[in-house]
Amino acid sequence: MNSAFARFQDDFVQSLWTPQDDMPSALGTLALQPGFAVYRNTVMKGCIDALQANFPAVLRLVGEEWFRAVAALYVRAQPPDDARLLQYGQYFPDFLHHFAPAAELPYLGGVARLDRFWTEAHAASDADTVAPSALAGLPPAQLGELVLNPHPAARWAWNADQPIYTLWRGNRDDPCMGDGDAVNWCGEGVLITRPAGKVQWTSLDAAGCAFLDACRAGQPLALAAGDALACDAQANLAHLMASLLEAGAFSAMNSFRSHP
Amino acid sequence: MRASPITAGVGLKPQHFDAAIANADAGMWFEVHPENYLVDGGPRRALLECIRARHPVSLHGVSLSLAADAAPDTSHLARLATLVDQVEPVLVSEHLAWSAWRGMYLPDLLPFPRTQAALLRIASNIACAQDALRRRIAIENPSHYLAIDGHDWDEIDFLKELSQRTGCGLLLDVNNVYVSANNQGYSAEAYIDAFPADVVMEIHLAGHSLDPQLGQDLLIDSHDAPIAPEVWRLYERLIARSGPRPTLIERDEQIPAFADLLAERRRAHALLCNAELVSV
Repeated sequence: MNSAFARFQDDFVQSLWTPQDDMPSALGTLALQPGFAVYRNTVMKGCIDALQANFPAVLRLVGEEWFRAVAALYVRAQPPDDARLLQYGQYFPDFLHHFAPAAELPYLGGVARLDRFWTEAHAASDADTVAPSALAGLPPAQLGELVLNPHPAARWAWNADQPIYTLWRGNRDDPCMGDGDAVNWCGEGVLITRPAGKVQWTSLDAAGCAFLDACRAGQPLALAAGDALACDAQANLAHLMASLLEAGAFSAMNSFRSHP
Repeated sequence: MRASPITAGVGLKPQHFDAAIANADAGMWFEVHPENYLVDGGPRRALLECIRARHPVSLHGVSLSLAADAAPDTSHLARLATLVDQVEPVLVSEHLAWSAWRGMYLPDLLPFPRTQAALLRIASNIACAQDALRRRIAIENPSHYLAIDGHDWDEIDFLKELSQRTGCGLLLDVNNVYVSANNQGYSAEAYIDAFPADVVMEIHLAGHSLDPQLGQDLLIDSHDAPIAPEVWRLYERLIARSGPRPTLIERDEQIPAFADLLAERRRAHALLCNAELVSV
């Protein structure tokens, strides 16, 4: 790709990302025409609009002006590599976490990560969930040997130091949360699922997250339970299992394999 | 047109989904950007499935980047082919523009010099896309904002040649013609009159706006306003010659109530029905 055609595109892309003050560019006078700004503005606006749509809780926390300023920096550092802009912003949570001017908002990267989880859950493959009744009546030994796979849309995270889940859902129009609810500054976890075609979320403790981590690694339920108890010796496994099934955390596909 | 012809359609916006489902106007159809539905599953695909169960759907791509000096991205093309198989759209279209280059996606429709080398490359890219999608696609004339040196071809001849070499159809965006003619100082009427009507598979109508700094000297194809009276006049001029063609009302910013788009859609529908009578 070293033809004149390819060189034109190389030069055009370079000029798109170069501020007008830094002219002349490789495109010569073409980039100095007033119309060039239309392309420069449209490309940048398209990228920033996508981030704004994909990170609504971050937007609500920091306001539109600040968001679009930091988004523009991210776009230059990490332009899209895929036409599916719904999926743009994979590294935005990390970018915010390490963004020095946001040091006073140490939770921003964590909140962005949950926005990202929502997008991933929204776009994940369809699969039936394991129904709460499916495991009823199984003898404990048989239950312990089962392997349950997390649903393709299931995402979970434990944040030991910050109430990321409360901060996030407070900025995602959670109908169960009032504006005046005080934020209790402690560790929190969240489970995001899509049981009936709609993304939903619920809190999940550290033991629950450890349990799902083990399931994702292909461990049978007995070993997953061990991981949960290692995390919290007081964990109520029956209650945990019921709430995970209720939330649609497991995929019926390839589940129920007995561990060899 | 066929026994149950599609006439005028509307670009589908998520906020209009319920009204779109319920609509029963004769000849109605909806167009979407496939990029918004290239997901593995979930509510977006369910929504598209709901629409296609009730209305003809057109897939109007913005990212195949056919006018780049590189073959279309094979995984993107494969995903698009799967969507086409599932949606069974009445029309599939793309742009005479590029938007991806060396692994980077640039969300715009970028220009290029219409050289002989570009013609060969783009013809090859269109053929590649048509092979992968197993159907004829329509290629849209873009809006122009730059005076680029080094064109070997004028745009209409370039599009005609692409159609002859690949069998592709064309999508004539009348607003793009108006915007480009204004920005580059040529006659929009002459362009419309010279366009090869026999290969036009679809027409687009949209609104434009004035550049905030340059005003009338630089029109922007912003899709954020009602269709301008001058664009309606060009459209009437076009279909008086070509006969009726499926026509889309596009609005992507400042989205109004569905009823406002329907009013524009009904006007286009009436003009198409009239053109049908005249051409019989």
